Amino acid sequence: MRWLNRLAMRLRMLFFRGSANAELNEELGFHLEQQIAENRLAGMNAEEARFAALRAFGNPVLLREETGATWSWSALEQFVHDVRIGARTLSRTPGFALIAILITALGIGASVALFTVVRGVLLRPLPFPESDRLLTLYERSTPAAGGGDFPHNVVAGGVYAAWNRENTSFSSLALVRDDSADLSASGGQLPETLNGAHVSWNLFSTLGVNPAMGRGFTSTDDSLSANGTVVLSWSLWKRRFGADPAILNRIIYVDAKPYTVIGIMPAWFEFPDSSTQLWRAVYHEFPEKVMSAFDNHMFRVVGRLKPGVTAEEAEANLSVISRQIHDSHLDNPFVAGEANSRPLLEHLVGDVKRPLYMLLAATVCLLLIACLNVANLLVARAAARHKELAIRTALGGGRMRLLREHLTESFLLEASGGAAGLLLAYAAIGWLLHTRPDMARVGAIHFDGVVAAFTTAVVILCALFSGLVSAFNTDDTRLLGALHESSRSHSAAGKRARLRKTLLAVEVGLTVVLLMGASLLVKSYQRLRSTNVGCITDNVLTMRMKLPGKRYKTPGPAPANFFETLLQRVRTLPGVDAAGFVTGVPGQGYMGDTGFTIVEHPPLPRGNGNLAVYRAADPGYFAAMGIPVLRGRTFGDNQKLDPVSEVVISESFAKNFFPGEDPLGKHLHIMDGNKVRMIVGIVGDIRYEIGEAPEPMLYHPVFAGDQNYGTLAIRSRQDVSQLALPVQQIIQSQDHDLPVSDVLTMNQLLGKSTLDQSFDATLISSLAVLSLLLAAAGLFGVLSYVVAQRSGEIGIRIALGAQREQVLRGMLADGLRPALIGLVLGLGASVATTQFIKSMLYETQPLDPGVFAAVAALLIASAALACVVPAWRASRLDPMRVLRME
Amino acid sequence: MGKPSDLVQGTLDLLILKTLSLGAMHGWAIAKRIQQISSEVLQVQQGSLYPALHRLEQQGWIKAKWAESETGRRAKFYSLTTAGRKQMETETANWNRLSAAINLVVGEV
Repeated sequence: MRWLNRLAMRLRMLFFRGSANAELNEELGFHLEQQIAENRLAGMNAEEARFAALRAFGNPVLLREETGATWSWSALEQFVHDVRIGARTLSRTPGFALIAILITALGIGASVALFTVVRGVLLRPLPFPESDRLLTLYERSTPAAGGGDFPHNVVAGGVYAAWNRENTSFSSLALVRDDSADLSASGGQLPETLNGAHVSWNLFSTLGVNPAMGRGFTSTDDSLSANGTVVLSWSLWKRRFGADPAILNRIIYVDAKPYTVIGIMPAWFEFPDSSTQLWRAVYHEFPEKVMSAFDNHMFRVVGRLKPGVTAEEAEANLSVISRQIHDSHLDNPFVAGEANSRPLLEHLVGDVKRPLYMLLAATVCLLLIACLNVANLLVARAAARHKELAIRTALGGGRMRLLREHLTESFLLEASGGAAGLLLAYAAIGWLLHTRPDMARVGAIHFDGVVAAFTTAVVILCALFSGLVSAFNTDDTRLLGALHESSRSHSAAGKRARLRKTLLAVEVGLTVVLLMGASLLVKSYQRLRSTNVGCITDNVLTMRMKLPGKRYKTPGPAPANFFETLLQRVRTLPGVDAAGFVTGVPGQGYMGDTGFTIVEHPPLPRGNGNLAVYRAADPGYFAAMGIPVLRGRTFGDNQKLDPVSEVVISESFAKNFFPGEDPLGKHLHIMDGNKVRMIVGIVGDIRYEIGEAPEPMLYHPVFAGDQNYGTLAIRSRQDVSQLALPVQQIIQSQDHDLPVSDVLTMNQLLGKSTLDQSFDATLISSLAVLSLLLAAAGLFGVLSYVVAQRSGEIGIRIALGAQREQVLRGMLADGLRPALIGLVLGLGASVATTQFIKSMLYETQPLDPGVFAAVAALLIASAALACVVPAWRASRLDPMRVLRME
Repeated sequence: MGKPSDLVQGTLDLLILKTLSLGAMHGWAIAKRIQQISSEVLQVQQGSLYPALHRLEQQGWIKAKWAESETGRRAKFYSLTTAGRKQMETETANWNRLSAAINLVVGEV
């Protein structure tokens, strides 16, 4: 019953609040009348009775308020009241409100956007069931025996087979190798090159995913003798096959071979990355020799741990198996003796983790700076209003009530800023998805409840921070002082300015940290882009192609003839200065390597070997790319097909393996293809990837006919991109079912491979510039305020004969002090924070003195610029006018 | 302003409930009655009386009705609810226990 009464009471208080107030007035009025009546009875006259009653009654407003406070909803009512007051005071100073909201929107928008990305990419688990049990497994190759230093090496087919057979830790182990796939022209559609993957039949079940339509691979599909089968991605099925379910069980031609379409994967499924469009069975694609080799590292292995088994135990388990293989092949230096593992998620996002966390840290810095700026603005406002506040306190305004008002005001600002920031973040995410569709797990980025919660938390934290800083700055123990304070007294104003200067110093410090990070990354990026990759990069066009093995058998004459004819025809094209063909141009990546021994040298100790990056090139490639032939010559014209006997090595190859010796005329026994070749020339080093040191490199004639893929490079004196079409027409006329991919100029290719670095450097630079602007605005604001507060004093000093330039210098020093303190703090902090980005820097030291000096100079210049206007204004004060205003 | 110095904290509610158990009355009468019964020792200030009355009303222990007072003017009369009577009994028991305990200690010394 009582709850019913209380509910009725609550509803009444909610809907009839006005009448409740009127009733309370009447009730208190009745009490007062009774008191007056009693006083009259005691013999007072009417006037006296009334005054005595009022005296006894106390402060009627306070009594009303205290009684009202016991009513239901009074907290809500007060909140609404505070919001109304807050909105009204803010709308009285729209400029201030707008600036504060804008600053907050920037800070919150940037951090919400980054948080959304970090959550989507790094924090959200992979979309597979029990994804925490999925590991990526590697072989750990150690440099000791000359087998190369690859702690996360890809796995050889034979090693996988042994792991799969003997391990006790995984419920299943699967193989993946990404590879391009050429779809043949069909149904009026052009041939095209796609990213595909070769997978063992159990990959989908290891991940725990079923095809959306049709079926996955079975173990019988996954063998050399089986008919070809292919699983399509949802997007390929929609785009190329018009989402026609009848495609199932039909035959399509991939790499000119027939495959039956057996399944379509769900739309969300992307593995190993978002560009993968079709999957084929790995044992059907690779010969038995590859799949059983122990030294031919080719595959990624994904494993699902058995319940209760830890990653360490599983890794140890596989290492034991690897060790046995290693020990029974001691003569082969390329057989690894250890296994390594990483969570699958970490493997997939490995490269973006550190930059993302760095950017998140940078946006948090920006947010903090934005908060400090808003706090600064609020302190200035509180200072401007401190007399009003003092009067309110004197009239009985409760301390809590005033504090609440402060908080409500800053909450209003932060909430509006947060709303605007959310829009900003939304736009930023849209932009990111548009510009970086290549980023790992980019599809997992979207707004959700967690992001909303994060935004709310950030808004509340910022509101508390800015509100409390300004509220605690209002010192009401010196209430009387504030009321007494005339415009000529400066003690309290001085104290407020001190707090603002402290805030500013922190702000400047954070800005310096951001500027340092940004400058280092920009410098590193410039270093990277100005790296000499070892060849001509201007006006060089590249395009990749892969001849289908079905029609161009390797080793064999078909690919060699194709490439030779192609080069001859391209070279006669008007506008073409030179053309060459190579399996990989600089900047395209490591591609592949081979072990070798030097015939003229004594045999290496058992289990040791030599390793070099391996390329196949035509004789004209070096001249076309401007790679200098340092000694000897390029391949002879007779180096075609069977009589091939020559190789060319790079400068670092010569230095590494022939110290103090003439390599020309020496012979190499190359493991890849088990052949002996004579060194006829030494060419300049190139970098297989921008940012990587040149590796020893070995060039084999491509006309030998044992490679059927590569990149055509064309150099011209005119705009080389205009040659793309005629060259593709030549290719089409030679083979109408041969797609060409990655048609890029050398500069585009290198730009693409440094996209990450340029992206990181650009983003963090814009964050740093923003924070510099905010800090400068803060300095400007504080110094202007100090000048306004002290104008009386300055006027008197000028009237008494102070030199204007002395005033200018004094004010400048006053403004620059917090900037300098902040600068020192920031530089100190940078020493620690830049270590964090050390691994992201290319040929740039985290403690680069030039960068430190540049940041310091930039900061001091900006600070001086921000201070000079108010300081100059102070020195120009007209003492007569100022003194008249007092 | 505020808390009556001569009232033990929290006992005002009990005093009001007890007074109202005699019948419905308005705020002025409640204050006067407490003053009378306590032989002028307990002076209830309006500053605490009305907030307390409204708090008790919000909690559903007393209810209010507007009626004509003895002087013929409209006044707000408070009376106990069933829940309020129970609450009064609990609080009276509590008070008795507490004061007896205090008496024991004070009497001992």
